[in-house]
Amino acid sequence: MSSTPEQPDEQPPGDDDDFEVYGFETLAIHAGAAPDPTTGARTTPIYATASYVFDDVDHAASLYNLQTFGFIYSRLTNPTVSVLEERLAALENGRGAVACGSGHAAQLLAFSTLLQAGDEFVAARNLYGGSINQFSYVFKNFGWNCHFVDPTDPENFRKALTPKCKAIFCENLANPGGIIVDIEKVAEIAHEAGIPLIVDNTIATPYLCNPFDWGADLITHSLTKYLCGHGNSLGGAVIESGKFDWAQNDKFPALSQPTESYHGMTFYETFGDFGFTMHARAVGLRDLGPTLSPFNAFLIITGIETLGLRMERHVQNAQAVAEFLEKHPKVDWVSYAGLKSSEFYDLAQKYMPKGPGGLFTIGLKGGYDAGVRMVEACELCSHLANVGDTRTLILHPASTTHRQLTEEQQRASGSGPEVIRLSIGLETASDIIRDLDQALSAA
Amino acid sequence: MDHDHYSDALLRKILNDTKTIAMVGASANWNRPSFFAMKYLQSKGYRVIPVNPREAGTKILGETAYANLKDIPDKVDMVDIFRNSKAAGPITDEAIEIGAPVIWMQLGVRNEDAAKRAEEAGATVIMNRCPKIEYGRLNAELSWSGINSGVISSKRTRKASGPMRRGGFSSRRH
Ligand SMILES: Cc1ncc(COP(=O)(O)O)c(C=O)c1O
Repeated sequence: MSSTPEQPDEQPPGDDDDFEVYGFETLAIHAGAAPDPTTGARTTPIYATASYVFDDVDHAASLYNLQTFGFIYSRLTNPTVSVLEERLAALENGRGAVACGSGHAAQLLAFSTLLQAGDEFVAARNLYGGSINQFSYVFKNFGWNCHFVDPTDPENFRKALTPKCKAIFCENLANPGGIIVDIEKVAEIAHEAGIPLIVDNTIATPYLCNPFDWGADLITHSLTKYLCGHGNSLGGAVIESGKFDWAQNDKFPALSQPTESYHGMTFYETFGDFGFTMHARAVGLRDLGPTLSPFNAFLIITGIETLGLRMERHVQNAQAVAEFLEKHPKVDWVSYAGLKSSEFYDLAQKYMPKGPGGLFTIGLKGGYDAGVRMVEACELCSHLANVGDTRTLILHPASTTHRQLTEEQQRASGSGPEVIRLSIGLETASDIIRDLDQALSAA
Repeated sequence: MDHDHYSDALLRKILNDTKTIAMVGASANWNRPSFFAMKYLQSKGYRVIPVNPREAGTKILGETAYANLKDIPDKVDMVDIFRNSKAAGPITDEAIEIGAPVIWMQLGVRNEDAAKRAEEAGATVIMNRCPKIEYGRLNAELSWSGINSGVISSKRTRKASGPMRRGGFSSRRH
């Protein structure tokens, strides 16, 4: 698949219907979504149904045994949701995808397929705060133990590995702070240990970065952010590259060994390079239940159609706002990898040549109180906890999402008292700048 | 021939032209992948003849099993090899002997030397693929499980593959 818009023009025209010939923008609109076969409806219908009729008892048996493909019950599969899933798999240049109710549900599905009680994994410490919580507490109750490391030196991942580790997890473009992880190096470290690299590609999006090209094996998404793009629905997904050999060692029995709840069927042997996806659905979604609603899937599918256009503008606006703020007398620092002053500028050029996204943090000279005054003075930018909306969003973590933490913990997670997080939207750039400027004069 | 990549057009043609498949290594055990594939392909209208010395003379999914390809009394359009890559060598030679026009090695099965011999004898060879999965992919059924089919279309019905389309989008609803 080509992810650059220029490439498709270089492909010879013809009737070869292989995927490689389509560019990102085409896939974002068409992948997974042929017209409805019954009605000819051109946009994807919302299949609001809990269940699906069987042709006969033998057909039902084949479906339950996973011997044939088809719909049984919407906790597992739904025609609207499967359009979204195939589209995500196509955009990430992967083999298959499972969608689910939120980004957190996606992480739950990924780890529950790989880990058993007593297992461990290594994660970057620069993650969305909610993920740090999920990994630190509820996962521990499941018997899954996470080692957090500073991801700015890839060797830290290697140092933290133990024989019980079953995966490495990181955000390639980390929320909140404009940090870029050298995932090509981290993938090598994971593969030397015989384990997969899982990359949360939420903030970069497949338009700006394709983690599978750099060696990642699984990708997780909070579709709630840029993929939906309009701040109107929650969703998540896990995507499989199809390249990881789950039988190379005995670390992944769920995939390489017979599954009791499917009468001894072995997923990797039966489904090959999409065995992970089948397991995450047929066991993960079936037994844990974090299903995506077809209504949300419809909104996210519609959002994805304009992903390329939107990301281009998010990046343009973020660059303009970051350059303005860097020169502002009340601003101490700006952490945006699109600025030459950023220590992640070179990594951004390598991994995200179209731009390092629309999310970044700034530090105010006036500290905590200035942060509070700034968010309260905004008239256009919305004071709320989300990212990846058409609207510009502003947050002062120390007084909101991170207020439970000590100042030391706040600083370690990139959310010290002086920090403001900005998710730059699609409004006219000069309007965003004007609002932030007037809010800063109050700060 | 490039065995890392097969065009959809080639796979479609094979699946359309094929009516009878000899499945070498077909298992009578219902939770084995070969049983899955046989049952699925039967439901799409293919005749699948099991080949397995241990099951010779017994019936699997209603079809008599044979000890080897040469024992099959009927014309075979495709030999589907559900054995390891090494065993695929002599099976391919037998498939050439009975004049099978298509020799298809399953997911994970590759034997370059055997493929060369078969191609020199005029057969078409597919390796490291599953006909069930390819049929499902080309008929949009695999998409129902979120698998990347690689197919894009602005048409209401897809160019379907295979002799019958029970269960495929293309026929069920018409
Ligand atoms: C990078 C990242 N990953 C995961 C999540 C969790 O996603 P959700 O809120 O959809 O569960 C978020 C949410 O903010 C996020 O920013």
